[in-house]
Amino acid sequence: MAVTLSEKAAKHVASYMAKRGKGIGLRLGVRTSGCSGVAYKLEFADVAEPDDIAFESHGVKVFIDAKSLPYLDGTELDYTREGLSEGFKFNNPNVKDACGCGESFNV
Amino acid sequence: MALLQIAEPGESAAPHQHKLAVGIDLGTTNSLVATVRSGLSVVISDDLGRPLLPSVVHYLADGQVDVGFDALVKQALDPRNVIASVKRFMGRGIKDIAHRESLPYDFEDAPGMVRLRTAAGVKSPVEVSADILRTLRLRAEAALGGPLVGAVITVPAYFDDAQRQATKDAAKLAGLSVLRLLNEPTAAAIAYGLENAAEGVYAVYDLGGGTFDISILKLSKGVFEVLSTGGDSALGGDDFDQRIFCWILETAKLKPLSIEDSRLLLTRAREAKEYLTPHGTAPITARLSSGEVVDLELTTEIFSEISKTLVAKTISPVRKALRDAGLSVADVKGVVMVGGATRMPQIQRAVGEFFGQEPLNNLDPDKVVALGAATQANLLAGNRAAGDDWLLLDVIPLSLGLETMGGLVEKIIVRNSTIPIARAQEFTTFRDGQSALAVHVVQGERELVSDCRSLARFELRGIPPMVAGAARIRVSFQVDADGLLAVSAREMTSGVEASIVVKPSYGLSDDEIANMLTDSLAHTKDDAQRRALKEAQVEAQRLIEAVASALKSDGDLLSAEQLARIEAEIAKLQTTALGDNRRHITLAMDDLEAQTKDFAARRMNKSIQHAFAGMSVDELESSVDSAQSLGETA
Repeated sequence: MAVTLSEKAAKHVASYMAKRGKGIGLRLGVRTSGCSGVAYKLEFADVAEPDDIAFESHGVKVFIDAKSLPYLDGTELDYTREGLSEGFKFNNPNVKDACGCGESFNV
Repeated sequence: MALLQIAEPGESAAPHQHKLAVGIDLGTTNSLVATVRSGLSVVISDDLGRPLLPSVVHYLADGQVDVGFDALVKQALDPRNVIASVKRFMGRGIKDIAHRESLPYDFEDAPGMVRLRTAAGVKSPVEVSADILRTLRLRAEAALGGPLVGAVITVPAYFDDAQRQATKDAAKLAGLSVLRLLNEPTAAAIAYGLENAAEGVYAVYDLGGGTFDISILKLSKGVFEVLSTGGDSALGGDDFDQRIFCWILETAKLKPLSIEDSRLLLTRAREAKEYLTPHGTAPITARLSSGEVVDLELTTEIFSEISKTLVAKTISPVRKALRDAGLSVADVKGVVMVGGATRMPQIQRAVGEFFGQEPLNNLDPDKVVALGAATQANLLAGNRAAGDDWLLLDVIPLSLGLETMGGLVEKIIVRNSTIPIARAQEFTTFRDGQSALAVHVVQGERELVSDCRSLARFELRGIPPMVAGAARIRVSFQVDADGLLAVSAREMTSGVEASIVVKPSYGLSDDEIANMLTDSLAHTKDDAQRRALKEAQVEAQRLIEAVASALKSDGDLLSAEQLARIEAEIAKLQTTALGDNRRHITLAMDDLEAQTKDFAARRMNKSIQHAFAGMSVDELESSVDSAQSLGETA
């Protein structure tokens, strides 16, 4: 079981964290909502929760709550640029179908 | 697919609920758009990676509109149809525009705001600004992957109502919903996070391409208040280019140049200026059309020397702005640098020396205003943590006032005043012995209560009996940082007091506010006439009251015939006052006054007699004598 960051994503997370000036890492997760069932959660982490599972990827600590992990296992978080837009993208092997906007998905 | 940004803990937005908001710096020379990404303010660049959009619009005969760099390159070829620095025309009439004979545009006088005749038709400055804003909106929507909920647009602190309204109109025309207009210096201060800093006075030194602005801000309880502004609307980085250009001409001993050569050397001058800041020396080489070669080296020392007077020219408005604010250099807690021209080391040094402290300059001075606006936009769009404080920077959208006699509105706090604010005004009683006063709080720009929105009513009771006009009732309006209005009335001699709390903007949509404003503009003349009529009616009523009260106490001084004549005039005035002819009302008032002249004289005599009643003629004479003798000895 593992979740990773691409090198580029890790670099961006590290720079955002440095500018933010606090936090222990990145929190990934899922919650049920959105047009296709489950939606991603992508937040700064200030504290580790008791049921968190922690990974480290390219020097960035990633926290995932135990319930979310099955949905995210094997995911690589990438940072990409699409036209003028840039941001993070979940490359999640568990996804069966996603809504057009990519903000929510089904497993 | 939409790319995600990192949210603050617990704040991941539900899918499709990201609120995309931007901050826009709509500048005289350049404009920028910025947004908050993963908690950080960033400027959105165009597809070639250029952050700045030149505030230049090119109108072509076929209706095509080019904005930015594409327009800028056409400036020399098609000066009449390439509109630059349109910000200077916003909300201005043709007479307000300085040096308009030296501008290449075809101006058309129009009520309210000047218009420009272009190949694509007559354009108002609002439309030109809208074309710039639309370009920025499209850029932002492409970058953020969806429609924007709104934008914060910055304006100079000295912009008046007309200029601010014109900016809002331009945004609406560009399909942007304006979350708020923000003063440029305030935006710069926010970019530096000063709203979370220690309370105190801050100076914002903004030297742009063609304008210089200095603003003195006071921060208290998270609110920035503009204490004073100053500057020079014809002083900026371009003038420094010009100095280098002149230095090149002198040093290389050049003859008068063709337009092309001048333009080439001016470009070289600007490049040298920009190169100089990080490098200390800058080579200037150019081959002129005559074949002559210019090969010079500009050093920081030379540049400082030749631009000394320009630097000094920026310091005197700073001194004046401080004086206007009633402050001295020692009161200033921090100095923020804005505008690309503040990169020049001699500027940094001069400002540092003047204020006796290092100015804040670690953010890109070209971007700092847009970055601050983006931060504010993000908060206003609702992308914030629960418990995060609202930034308390707001203005009152519509004037707040009171109903006075005759259904007229007396404005106490005018619209666009920044909140929090408190204003007080004194009123008096209308009738003799009036013991209560109705306070009717209204909102709107119109002159008559019936055209404004009623917010609240309350009564001040227990006013001690006094003649009309003798009571001094102080009514205070106070709007706190949340937009809550508290109105209190206090009779100054007796100290009786009453108050009420209202929320003024409650239930008013932007559209309604806009309608009320348009209405007020459309009815200005109408309203003035109606106001004058109402004033005459109130005046007439007061005269009738006064005569009636005199008749009641001293009616016995008149013969039945005289009494009848006066009563007839009163009746006439009463009917005329119901009508809507102001002239007739004033005439009827004159008639009544003429008719009661004799009566007034008799009343005077009576009161004198009353004062001397019981005195014998001798006593009276001796008292008059003594008065005279007193006069003689004196």
